[in-house]
Amino acid sequence: MSDKKTITFALMDAPYENARSTTALRLIDIAARRGYTVNVFAYEGAVGLPFTKQAPHPNAVHGHDVDEEDHPLPHQWIESIAKTAEANGGKLDWINCGLCVDERGVHEALEFTRRGTPGDLWKWAESSDNTLVIPTK
Amino acid sequence: MALKVLNIVETAYRATLEEQDDTILWISAAMKGAGADIDVLLRGNAVNYGVKGQDASGLRFGDKAQTHPPRLDEDVRRLIDKGAKVYVVADDVAERGLERTDLVEGLQSVSRAGIARLYADYDQVWHW
Amino acid sequence: MAKYLLIESRDPFDSNDVAGFYELASGLVQEGDQVTVFLVQNGVLPARRSTKSKPLSDLAQNGVEVLADDFSLRERGIEAARLVDGVKAAALDTVIDHLADGSKVIWH
Repeated sequence: MSDKKTITFALMDAPYENARSTTALRLIDIAARRGYTVNVFAYEGAVGLPFTKQAPHPNAVHGHDVDEEDHPLPHQWIESIAKTAEANGGKLDWINCGLCVDERGVHEALEFTRRGTPGDLWKWAESSDNTLVIPTK
Repeated sequence: MALKVLNIVETAYRATLEEQDDTILWISAAMKGAGADIDVLLRGNAVNYGVKGQDASGLRFGDKAQTHPPRLDEDVRRLIDKGAKVYVVADDVAERGLERTDLVEGLQSVSRAGIARLYADYDQVWHW
Repeated sequence: MAKYLLIESRDPFDSNDVAGFYELASGLVQEGDQVTVFLVQNGVLPARRSTKSKPLSDLAQNGVEVLADDFSLRERGIEAARLVDGVKAAALDTVIDHLADGSKVIWH
């Protein structure tokens, strides 16, 4: 039996609002390093995570210019996790809930992501080894 | 064997006015419509979703009136009519000063102590 | 017997629901299940010995494995010597281990 698992995550939180987004990406990164197939269904605010128009900024309070601050951009973290998954024989697949994208106008997302529906989450859940829902509050 | 999932809704009235529904009741109904074997447990403040007669109508921002306010009790009923079991935690209902007659028909009551036993009936439990 | 991983990201200083999640852990053990509670984010705050820590020790005494994300502990300056009895630091990989192993994994 293969060591390689398929894990599905459902996320809800928008970037920059609370700790759950970062913990979710930590978990997805761990699975990617193991070469798992990782499916992410982004629901509600989470569709903002792979939005490519996020931009860095300086931080005058810390005395950093934009380069020094090197502000995290979740879409870059996700892109890097996708490459890590592939390098380890796995894959990161990402579906944004289409209606959630429309409401928020965040159409410019990482190229490997796509729009989908709750039916996609269910199909993934049925075909995965396990599913973890990380809710918002 | 086919996957069987219990969706737990605990946080209530989270963006329900902007979304015109509860996003978890909505996704549960959507997945049910796509053939999922999904039931729902309402706990904590979300037990209030079962209350008959909720009325969120009348919101207006400038000249923009909301024309389709959420009707969460109807959404709960719709899930039941689609064949989902919708459980409500009896202790949470009582703590909030609610009587069984305040709630829509068709909800199945479970005690807080009985939740652990309920989880055994499902392959996965998704807490939203 | 089923295996459960209950991930608690909330803390009892801020949230009333945490007690209910700890009670669920005990309830599942009483039903004969194998239960691990994994504290993460602010969920690790009661792991530092305080007035709100006893429920975690009680869980451990009642057969629940209680773990705390080592990164969340370090982020909050909670040293090993200050952890309440029954709570052990663990890597977040534990969650992926449980998912891979087919445990029922629930995030609160």
